Amino acid sequence: MILLQGNGVSKGAVCGPLQFYPRQAAAAPDAGADLAAEQARLTWAQEQTAEQLEGLAAACRANGEEEAALLLEAQALLATDEDVASAILAALEESHCSAAYAVQQAGRRLAARFASMSDPYLRARAADLEDVTRRLLDNLTGGPPPVFLREPVILAADDLAPSELLRLERGKLLGLATCGGSGYGHTAILARSMGIPFVCGLGRALTPDCEGQTACLDGETGRILIDPDARTVQAFEFKRNAPPEASSQQEPQNLGSLKVYCNISTPDEAAAVLACGGQGVGLFRSEGLFLSADRCPTEEEQFSAYRAVAEAMGGRPAVIRTLDLGGDKRMGSLPSERGQNPALGLRGIRLSLERPELLRTQLRALYRASAYGKIAILFPMIASMWELEECQRRCRSVMAELTAEGLPFDPEVRLGVMLETPASILLAEELARRADFCSVGTNDLTQYLLACDRQNGDLARYFDPKHPALLRALELAADAAHRAGVPIGVCGELGADPTMLPFFLKLGMDALSVPPQAVGPLLAALRGGSKATECESFL
Amino acid sequence: MKQFTYIVQSPHGLHARPAGLLAKQAKTYTDTVITLTKGNKTVKASQLLRVLNLEIQCGDTITVTAEGAEEDTAWNDMQAFFLLNL
Repeated sequence: MILLQGNGVSKGAVCGPLQFYPRQAAAAPDAGADLAAEQARLTWAQEQTAEQLEGLAAACRANGEEEAALLLEAQALLATDEDVASAILAALEESHCSAAYAVQQAGRRLAARFASMSDPYLRARAADLEDVTRRLLDNLTGGPPPVFLREPVILAADDLAPSELLRLERGKLLGLATCGGSGYGHTAILARSMGIPFVCGLGRALTPDCEGQTACLDGETGRILIDPDARTVQAFEFKRNAPPEASSQQEPQNLGSLKVYCNISTPDEAAAVLACGGQGVGLFRSEGLFLSADRCPTEEEQFSAYRAVAEAMGGRPAVIRTLDLGGDKRMGSLPSERGQNPALGLRGIRLSLERPELLRTQLRALYRASAYGKIAILFPMIASMWELEECQRRCRSVMAELTAEGLPFDPEVRLGVMLETPASILLAEELARRADFCSVGTNDLTQYLLACDRQNGDLARYFDPKHPALLRALELAADAAHRAGVPIGVCGELGADPTMLPFFLKLGMDALSVPPQAVGPLLAALRGGSKATECESFL
Repeated sequence: MKQFTYIVQSPHGLHARPAGLLAKQAKTYTDTVITLTKGNKTVKASQLLRVLNLEIQCGDTITVTAEGAEEDTAWNDMQAFFLLNL
């Protein structure tokens, strides 16, 4: 799967095969027959072109596409414009060439004048001039072979002129993707008025090697996924089938109090959070920084990573979980004991508490980064009150250090507790009263509640992610947090399952944190009116 | 000869579509010439390419002149056009 990011200039989500637009070669600078004959041909071509454009404009107007009609009329005027004509005639007289070559030379010169303008809107007019000269050329040379769309396709091109777009069979055109182009161009205006999703400015990454491959195009986020997996296609179908007025809502509005955040593992993924409509980072797995290196990252390295995430979120929350290694997540730079039962061993917060320098470095980096955004810290694998209290003590001592060093930080950084051990569920109310927020990690909670190893394929039928005991545990946790007056969210895989939404709404969950690609379907399900009442069957 | 001065309000300035409309309108007067002046450059309103080359942007001050037998009508029409489109 290849992800390309361009500029989304006409909204809509589509999936389909890519077809590349063939470009005809430039006219040769062949000598013209004689000057008078070439001049006559030129005049004829200008009249033809203007007439065709007027005809297209009338057709658009009859279709209610007033914007498109106006720009085609402007092009018709350019085709017969005195200055355009004299520029072509000058080229013709100067080089004794064919009318076609003269049109090409003059067109290039005139377009270059526009392309050098400072205003982006006027700069985009170069495309109009190129389009007019292309049409003049087509009339002089008999035109390029018409382009047939094989089936409903996403058309890919270096660039696509408005006239080229208009000549295409509209019923077979799912979407448009171009290397160049801008949102100000008339092709973009046309695409919007025709309701065709369009992503431009993809650059050289869009190569003809992709011919025939399936692609998902999102004209809102400007993203194209080439050769997507089944899950992505499904997410796109979801978006496409969402009612259009819903998909045009930029900010989630009527979602009640439920926030949808994202789970990420590297700072680079922060951009995806905003692109997909996430309202913040609900879980940054800091072990991503540790697992990719063969040594522990330094305070500076961690600081710049956390700061990048905090800054990327602007004022939105960035919840960062302290190192959660052990069990199935191991790294070379930290000695890990395999033991008889690693899932119940020195992992999660236990590793951090046993290696004070490790936690101190991480907390220093986190607090320093808190000066740059809305950072919250989440402690994994808490089972006892003293563990949380110990973490809070370490935080206070780091704050005292930073104050002494004169380094800026946010003294109000919220400290949260992961509810993922059975003990933490039973102690949820006490823990919640001590903490600023709670987050349920359903993956580990399921394995600990059911005493069932999630890595073991033989146990698949016993590892039921919607086991009644787990749902009961979620209910206990939600009630406990609300009694304690702190927000609670779900950050495990279960949160990304749209069919669970009614259940989470009924429990009054305050947040779900899911992978970026799951945000779209969740938001769509939320807007689609998932109600708390539809979930009686779960419990 | 009649003229008026106008400060362009439209965020995109005098771009292709209104410039096209303006050129069309200017061509309807058979014996009256409409010109646009920005700075020290003056062009005929009917010459679309030259009008676009003036790079008229939001906030620019332009002077519109009508000269000929129908200059009163044209002057009125142009004021209405600028107020509506720019």
